[in-house]
Amino acid sequence: MTVTVDPGLRSHQSQASGGSQHGGATVPATTKWIGRSVTRLEDPPLVRGRGRFAGDISFAHQLHMRIVRANYAHGKIAAIDTAAARALPGVVAVWTAADIADVPPIDFREGQIPVLEPYRQPVLATEKVRYVGEPVAAVFADDPYVAEDAAELVSLEIEELPVLLAADAEPTEFSAGRSTEVSVIRQGYGDVDAVLRAAPKFVELELAIGRHSGVPLEARGAIGRYDVARDILELHGAAKVPHRNRELLARMLKRAPSSIHVHESHVGGGFGIRGELYPEDVLVCIAAMRLNRPVKWIEDRREHLMAANHSRQQIHRLRAAVDDEGRILAIDDRYFHDQGAYVRTHAARVVHMTAGILPGPYRVPAYRAVGHFRLTNKTPAATYRAPGRYETTFVRERLIDAIATKLGIEPNEVRRRNAITVDEMPYHRPLEALGEEIEYDSGDYVGLLDKLLATLEWDKRKVELARRRVGGEAVGAGFAMFVEKSGLGPADGVRIEVDSSGAVELITGGASLGQGFETVMAQVCAEILGIDYQRVRVTHGQTDRIAYGIGAHASRATVMTASATFDGAVKLRAKAIEAAASLMQAHPETLDIIDGNVRRKDEPAGPSMSLGEIAEHLAPTSKTLSGRVPGLSAEGWFRVKHQVYPYGIHFAVVKVDPDTGGVEVEDYVIAYDIGRALNPALVKGQIVGGFAQGFGGALLEEFTYNERGDPLATTFADYLMPTARETPEVHVILREDYTSPLNPLGIKGAGESGITGVGAAIASAIDDAIGIPGAVTQLPVTPQRLKQILDRQHNSSSRVRPASLDRSSR
Amino acid sequence: MKPARFRYHAPKTIEEAVDTLAEVAADDGRVLAGGQSLVPIMAFRLARPAHLVDINGVDALRRLAVDGERLCIGAGVRHATFHKPVVDGPLGRLLAAVVRHIAHYPIRTRGTFCGSIAHADPAAEWCLVAAALEAEMVARSAGGTRIIPAQDFFRGIMTTALNEDELLTEVRLPILPADSRFGFYEFNRRAGDFALAMALVTFRLQDGVIWEPRVAVGGVEPQPRRMVDAERALAGRAAERAAFEAAAAAVASAVDPLEDAVTSATYRRDLARTVTRRALEQAAA
Repeated sequence: MTVTVDPGLRSHQSQASGGSQHGGATVPATTKWIGRSVTRLEDPPLVRGRGRFAGDISFAHQLHMRIVRANYAHGKIAAIDTAAARALPGVVAVWTAADIADVPPIDFREGQIPVLEPYRQPVLATEKVRYVGEPVAAVFADDPYVAEDAAELVSLEIEELPVLLAADAEPTEFSAGRSTEVSVIRQGYGDVDAVLRAAPKFVELELAIGRHSGVPLEARGAIGRYDVARDILELHGAAKVPHRNRELLARMLKRAPSSIHVHESHVGGGFGIRGELYPEDVLVCIAAMRLNRPVKWIEDRREHLMAANHSRQQIHRLRAAVDDEGRILAIDDRYFHDQGAYVRTHAARVVHMTAGILPGPYRVPAYRAVGHFRLTNKTPAATYRAPGRYETTFVRERLIDAIATKLGIEPNEVRRRNAITVDEMPYHRPLEALGEEIEYDSGDYVGLLDKLLATLEWDKRKVELARRRVGGEAVGAGFAMFVEKSGLGPADGVRIEVDSSGAVELITGGASLGQGFETVMAQVCAEILGIDYQRVRVTHGQTDRIAYGIGAHASRATVMTASATFDGAVKLRAKAIEAAASLMQAHPETLDIIDGNVRRKDEPAGPSMSLGEIAEHLAPTSKTLSGRVPGLSAEGWFRVKHQVYPYGIHFAVVKVDPDTGGVEVEDYVIAYDIGRALNPALVKGQIVGGFAQGFGGALLEEFTYNERGDPLATTFADYLMPTARETPEVHVILREDYTSPLNPLGIKGAGESGITGVGAAIASAIDDAIGIPGAVTQLPVTPQRLKQILDRQHNSSSRVRPASLDRSSR
Repeated sequence: MKPARFRYHAPKTIEEAVDTLAEVAADDGRVLAGGQSLVPIMAFRLARPAHLVDINGVDALRRLAVDGERLCIGAGVRHATFHKPVVDGPLGRLLAAVVRHIAHYPIRTRGTFCGSIAHADPAAEWCLVAAALEAEMVARSAGGTRIIPAQDFFRGIMTTALNEDELLTEVRLPILPADSRFGFYEFNRRAGDFALAMALVTFRLQDGVIWEPRVAVGGVEPQPRRMVDAERALAGRAAERAAFEAAAAAVASAVDPLEDAVTSATYRRDLARTVTRRALEQAAA
């Protein structure tokens, strides 16, 4: 894979007043650490097999938990017989819902949402089971084998009820008086009906996105431990949002948050699904307290594929009005969001964000989105890397292709005519995503398209693809343009402490899912403090070390935590220099920190003081402390009103095998403007990794069910993750053209840009390859589905266009 | 993902192995060779044998030798052995071409040829090879040895003619004539997955005319088998597109494809046609 980093033209930057906004501190013109692809601080233990993942955490006298899961998709629980399981030697307890009747269902992360509350998932199923895999009972035993043996002895008597498996089917009853349609989400503006009535041209689409999800290499794990001596409840194996989960647990277990410590260890991939608070997390905590022994639960892969959050599944029925030049006048989208059996910690986040983010990079004068938030008898769904964006980018870019076909113009010309321009920034749209009004901060979407086309030598490539099609190959290309959202606020904080050896600890409320969080935070901290980045120990995901944290999701960690780190480092630097100045009898302005020592700028070889020495002088007992607050330490805070909006374009070349319906991705290019890349190699890693997942969702991965609601993809033989053999090389064009004006470093998020456009670009390329515009209406494009498309075309049309016929309009 | 309790036996000789099997077979005893299929299904508790007879310590089963007109593959011979041709001539090349489609490298270093035959997954490559080339399966029990021809061996999805107390000690493949051509084509969704359809063909050419054609298809029906109609469509005809199309069409009309919630019979039938044609084209190339 290749990566190109182009610093862009700084004169284009919209961050003209960045310096004054952020207390006068700016990033130095020439940087030592920021912007460099330094090696990861995280790697030494990981590459030496010294990592500490959930499975590696054990405590003396621990119990092992095994969950008994529903084997019917929908049914009344007539009886649960646990006697045989309890009688097995080594079994300490077997719980059903009745044993934990005082524990409420799993709450929403954002707090109470009364309208959604009846749809929360109970920790153990009560009265009904609603999906295969739902926890019904929990077995606690001395040994994981015994726990599994005992779980098999728990007999469930379930009276089967009719299953509901499609979100666009007629809703049924969830519970007495409650429909499976949880709510209908509406977002929009303008008089859509009037525009549609008067529209010169009209495009209609029905599109479906398959059910797939993040599948981390490390399945979930949770270890609960109760320290009765200190009355502290510990949860180990947390990820993503430890502080948020502490709040949730505190509410559910009616404990003070400060009496719960949540600890993140190494995390083998998160992708949005790992680290949410699930029934199993709550169970190990309760069990640790009630059984008075540590309780360990490690999820197996089969459980993971039916119990951890699914995602994505939506059906969109969309109408759009366009003028004769292909300008979008209105979009009217009605969509069905398949939430699965319960509303989990994310509440209505994905279904709501879908409506807010769908218009993407385009001007849409009138807009209406009506989202049917519906439950089905499948695994509950929530966020997965680029939630709402993978789906809506597929929908929106299918629309662009449809408009292009309707009007006989090139899709990229349609994009040009509709894209929001650089002069319109910041661009406000009266829609919401994640509880914030959408305001695109900066960017030049068409400019990025031009740069991509130039790098691709698109005019030449287009001719070459046409030549190959004439030669009989079913090859084609497709584009997908999108605006990402990143840097979810509202706030983040850090504390930086320097000890007497000069070592720096940066304590954050952030979290690391393997993305290089520690390295990037250390780079920012080291840049400002004038030290080597390897001198910075970055602490994350430990609720006993810092009171506040939002964690790692929504491509927020770098934007938010690095900005807070910047703020804290600037303050700490000022304190170090001020203290040194009085000790060295120099003016602070004459001093600098070079390699961890405060020196005179005009006399670098002269007297100096190390940060460790300064820390000693600032100790509470120090005679030189004077009136200062003790400690060489500082807190940094960062608050924002709006997220930041990076943007990108994906480009795919595919070759279809018309006999089998197989698709090979021959080439893939991602152009992305990140504002400022703190570590380009890590950004590239994020983009390429995201691509592989998007590629899976486009062609391979799908949670399928039979008509009884039994999940069919519960092993890696049936849930098809892409391997290195299928995944093509990805070329990343990383641009730093438009920094964000909303934070001191000008950064935007990187986590989700690699995945967002993949389904859309590959779909478009397949259409092009087989010469059937609008052919792909459903993801993933499995070989069987594509073969059906080709056969249908073959059978329905006597004037078949062989794949060798070029479509000159592209 | 923890297997149910079982008793583990580790015999050192074939005699010891079959004697142990004779004792435990009635009590759900199973043979453990490479374990690449058995161990995962035990972890899922889909299989829960009460006894495992591990044959990995039986040195005599590692035999891989040419015995007259046959290549004899002992029960201890692992897939990876075939990465390089194990015999001169087309058979060694054929096995080397096919083995690369079996799962992934680490699995091939552990799984065994005979284990794959005894497991009899409908989409297993070695089962297709055995059916196409009319392998002989050597089954041994405490009561004696019998030889089962391939056409009698496979009895359906993961079902074979082996009795519970029998150990498949060896599979014998005929050495192909030096001028044999072969072609193998497999379609699956990812490299290393079980085939959605695959075909193995061999034939000889005399003045551009096909003789002694063998066409076998796997992954489509409950067991791999030779396609007699397709072979008839090839015999005596020029090795050209028309004959290949005819053979492929014969396969498509002869097969009774497996169907599941994800893959339709129609699609599998189409694939059977395509893989057959492509295997033939490969053989002719």
